[in-house]
Amino acid sequence: MSEFSNPQIQAPSLWARARQRLAAFLDSDFIYRFWQSKITVLAFIWTVVLLVAGLFSHWTAPYAIFDASSFDLMDSELPPSWMTGGETRFLLGSDVQGRDLLSLMLYGLNISLIVGLISVTLSLVLGTLLGVLSGYLGGLVDTLIMRFADAMLSIPTIMFSLLISGVARGLLPKDSQAMMAMPIIVLSITLTGWMQYARTIRRLTILEKNKEYVLASKISGGRNLHIMFRHILPNVLSPISVLATLHLGLAILTEATLSFLGVGMPPDQPSLGTLINEGNQYLFSGQWWVVLFPALVLVTLSLSFNILGDWLRDVLNPKLR
Amino acid sequence: MLSYLIKRLVQVVFLMLAVAFISFTMFQYLGDPVNNMLPESATQAEREALRGKLGLTDPMLMQFWRFVVRLCHGDFGISYYNQVDVFHLILERLPATLELVAVAVVISLLVGFPLGVWSAISKNRFLLSLVQFLSLLGVSLPSFLMGILLIIVFSVWLGWFPSSGRGVTTHLGYWSTGLLSLSGWRSIVLPALSLSLFMITLIMRLVRSEMLEVMRTDYIKFAKARGLPTRSLYFRHALRNALLPVVTIVGLQIGGLIAFAIVTETVFQWPGMGLLFIQAINYVDIPVISAYLVFISLIFIVINTSVDLLYYLIDPRMKKS
Repeated sequence: MSEFSNPQIQAPSLWARARQRLAAFLDSDFIYRFWQSKITVLAFIWTVVLLVAGLFSHWTAPYAIFDASSFDLMDSELPPSWMTGGETRFLLGSDVQGRDLLSLMLYGLNISLIVGLISVTLSLVLGTLLGVLSGYLGGLVDTLIMRFADAMLSIPTIMFSLLISGVARGLLPKDSQAMMAMPIIVLSITLTGWMQYARTIRRLTILEKNKEYVLASKISGGRNLHIMFRHILPNVLSPISVLATLHLGLAILTEATLSFLGVGMPPDQPSLGTLINEGNQYLFSGQWWVVLFPALVLVTLSLSFNILGDWLRDVLNPKLR
Repeated sequence: MLSYLIKRLVQVVFLMLAVAFISFTMFQYLGDPVNNMLPESATQAEREALRGKLGLTDPMLMQFWRFVVRLCHGDFGISYYNQVDVFHLILERLPATLELVAVAVVISLLVGFPLGVWSAISKNRFLLSLVQFLSLLGVSLPSFLMGILLIIVFSVWLGWFPSSGRGVTTHLGYWSTGLLSLSGWRSIVLPALSLSLFMITLIMRLVRSEMLEVMRTDYIKFAKARGLPTRSLYFRHALRNALLPVVTIVGLQIGGLIAFAIVTETVFQWPGMGLLFIQAINYVDIPVISAYLVFISLIFIVINTSVDLLYYLIDPRMKKS
């Protein structure tokens, strides 16, 4: 092809091309449909706010809650600042140890988001790998992987996660359990979450593998691994964004549930679920805010992911229009 | 029919053996019974002697066989934590969980079914958005938060229902029931409601989509053309055929509900198997964990197999294939 191109015409600079791409993207159907749906815009803004506030909690939180010198038992159990007895220093009130609830929530959100993001990424990678292998190779590999996925799907998530946590407690020495809490949760959410990805990718791979471009690559001597991961994989990835968005909401809820049950994140590295668990113990003494505010953040976060995921599915699937 | 039954039974036996093997390996690798039984000062020779006496030096298959025989006799060992026979511990807790799940299933059928049918045949926009809102809530509001919310509103603020326990129970032989006293009924309302939320949304969506699908078929169009009254059209012709998949899925979900009761039982301190399981996980009480695993799997398999058989009886098309 090179003899046809004219060397005199300069290729547009990287910056100009990026701007062109961005302009095309902003003008696309995708963005148009995004602005059409008010609730999706709202969910998107709220997600971004929570992501920024949570992932950079070291800067956004007013107090450093892990520093014991920064809080005082004298400040404990203060109500939110707008209620009688509240102080402006603690916008949303304080907990039993006198820690600022807003800061606690931001750090908790940080841990919840990190656990959710890592476990969704891991399940996505694992599920995609197994799905492509299963769909492309077929035969015994396919049967084994899919039967295993079926078996995993029939086990209730919560029971499986609890079992993993119990086994890990049995195997690990007492002093390393707090340190291993996050890896254990990530492991249990990953192991119970990869099946959806594998099934979807497998179905799409089977559709793709008989197409001409795969045949062409085979004829020109492409090896199986090369075909699977360079040719087929990029073509089956797009529905994964829907699954991953919905899964993220679910993963954060699963982590919160485990932490609430006392087998998730320990009290010295509290996630939103741990905070709700601690607040729940003081419910009857009238301190509803210690439960309510973290709960609101948790529910609105997962609600936003669900709304975004549903919207993505509608947009990406032309059949539903 | 008979050959189908036999095939299913063989499958069940193999599945239970697999579950028993998982329990068995838990005993093998988590904790050493010899360490638990002998004092710290025991010599190496004494340890070896006890090992031989307990049969721990036998080949693994032999040990597994003995384990299975013991399970069949209802001997699950002694709980490490409570020092009580595990089989009796579980039998004592079983009625509480089963009653909770049964009431939750009844609630979700009573609420979810009419909502599903109604939203499929009604053109009311308000109803449709209510259904959509409920299904979003079903996936975004985790069960434990639903429980806490119910406690805040109905126990702390209004004081209508108790927030924990089973109320007064009556013993009917082995079975202790809370459904024969007013306080028992008052106690079961909140936990059953919070457990049923997910099932309600599931049944609602399922009934709705099945109804919509059936309404598009030719025989419904023909029935309409014959001028049948709307009521008989909806309830005699459409609903009946929409019912089959609903029966299957609801049946299969009951097992999941029993496992999910772990969360509800923790929130409401309901003295069922789930609460026992959480305690066992926290104290790494291996005999209880493995017994729970075997029990739950047995319940699961019995339910799934009976649903399959029921399906076989209801749907004449299954017999041909």
